[in-house]
Amino acid sequence: MSILVLAEHNNKELKSATLSAITAASQIDESIEVLVIGSECDEVNNKLKNIKLVKKIIAVDNSKYINPIAELISPIIVSLAGNYTHIIAPASTFGKNIMPRVAILLDVAQVSDIIKIESPDTFVRPIYAGNALATIQSSDTKKIITIRPTSFDPASIEGGVAEVEKLEFNSDISCTEFINRDENKSDRPELGTARIVISGGRGLGSSENFALLNDIADKLNAAVGASRAAVDAGYISNDSQVGQTGKVVVPDLYIAVGISGAIQHLAGMKESKIIVAINKDEEAPIFNVADYGLHGDLFDILPQLSSELDKLNTIQN
Amino acid sequence: MKILVTVKRVIDYNVQIRVKADGSGVETDNVKMSMNPPDENAVEEALRIKESGKADEVVVVSIGEDKAQETIRTALAMGADRGIHVKASQEIEPLSVAKILEKIVEKENPKIILMGKQAIDDDSNQTGQMLSAKLGWAQGTFVSKIDLQDESVIITREIDEGLEKIKTSLPVVATCDLRLNEPRYASLPNIMKAKKKPIDNYTPETLGVDVSLRIKQLKVEEPPKRTKGIMVADVAELVHKLKHEAKVI
Repeated sequence: MSILVLAEHNNKELKSATLSAITAASQIDESIEVLVIGSECDEVNNKLKNIKLVKKIIAVDNSKYINPIAELISPIIVSLAGNYTHIIAPASTFGKNIMPRVAILLDVAQVSDIIKIESPDTFVRPIYAGNALATIQSSDTKKIITIRPTSFDPASIEGGVAEVEKLEFNSDISCTEFINRDENKSDRPELGTARIVISGGRGLGSSENFALLNDIADKLNAAVGASRAAVDAGYISNDSQVGQTGKVVVPDLYIAVGISGAIQHLAGMKESKIIVAINKDEEAPIFNVADYGLHGDLFDILPQLSSELDKLNTIQN
Repeated sequence: MKILVTVKRVIDYNVQIRVKADGSGVETDNVKMSMNPPDENAVEEALRIKESGKADEVVVVSIGEDKAQETIRTALAMGADRGIHVKASQEIEPLSVAKILEKIVEKENPKIILMGKQAIDDDSNQTGQMLSAKLGWAQGTFVSKIDLQDESVIITREIDEGLEKIKTSLPVVATCDLRLNEPRYASLPNIMKAKKKPIDNYTPETLGVDVSLRIKQLKVEEPPKRTKGIMVADVAELVHKLKHEAKVI
């Protein structure tokens, strides 16, 4: 058995979701190879070399692969597929975009977004926005899998001695070209991996009011998230959305502010260790999943919370 | 130019899901069913393209049991021109759905296929990508904006890092995000009119597609329940609890 993990990166940095995919792969078999497709990815390869679980890195390095265009990347994976029993990628928008193409080109039914590995052919995955968990068994000889990054700890980057094998590949397409990417840069921790997340909903009322959350996020070193309602209303950009069709987060502390708690939002955060809900509607369903609920007007509560955190920091210092 | 739109009948997004006691699946008897939400965005977008004069026909296809016809009728009432129902009483995996749709595409020759980015029942997020690869067409996933030019499309995609813009040639498969548009409601006269619009019928067998399952569902369980916590009186108590009880700040 040999497993191929498709690395997600931005040509410079390895995304932590890749480390989670490597951990998932290690629960199936020890023979793990990582495929890095990109342009000038030496830093990414060097990082992967240091991971003990990784046996080999296959580097397809060419300027035409600088952006992960699915139509361009999937034929590379298909051409290598013969050597592996399992091909695994993170269930991020990167992995979701590419892997189903690989699956159908190999005539395999993909197993999406798994949260647990029972055996090399049996997996657990959430369905219905996480309101049910299905245990499923794949009968395809080759398994094409995407994993939910928050369900697998990132592999540690130490003790590795993997070799890098350069591979030339000629895939060319004319149907799709990249124009640009509008990334939201922030000094705060990344939403998907932050230890603390504070999210706002429609209750915030405007994009200006998200400044109240940003202030608290800075004091807690937290990432800022949002409900779909807040994103749809234009208060904050789409990459902040937590939920069934947004990101899944599993922080130690999740603070939901002005979020009622629709099942689609709960799907993205209900595995958090501690949940705090702040809402003016006492009947809001978010209180049913919260460890600590605070009923009241967020415009009174958030400034108070900010000053309480200041007090805490002063005492600690 | 013809646009093909795919729609799926799923448990309504507002329904609280109940897992069957015997672990064989989720309860669907006497449960409200609706069109998969991002499929509504796909129908809406197709209608807007047609209304702008850039397309002349919108064809809606659904795969599933008899009642999938209701979902097709909903799309016809929104304004689609005609329907195609591929009748199947058993479960159909995304891989087989893509193969069935490939056969429909051969018959219909659309230039654009619009689909929802994922179905909210199995949350697989596969079919559009599979269909695109199978057809060898351009792909645009998680689409929040479509700008149709003469022989190409500028597509804005919602990705984890923010927004990505790509340009694709035609034909193209695009999977729609909920933010693409605001789907319209069908008016009563249009609901009446939709009853007269034609729906063609096929089955996987008549299309020659093997739909045997590759993935076996062994069991379905409820996720672990969170126990409801406590209400705190004020911010000071909240911060104290987070600091000393939960120890997370």
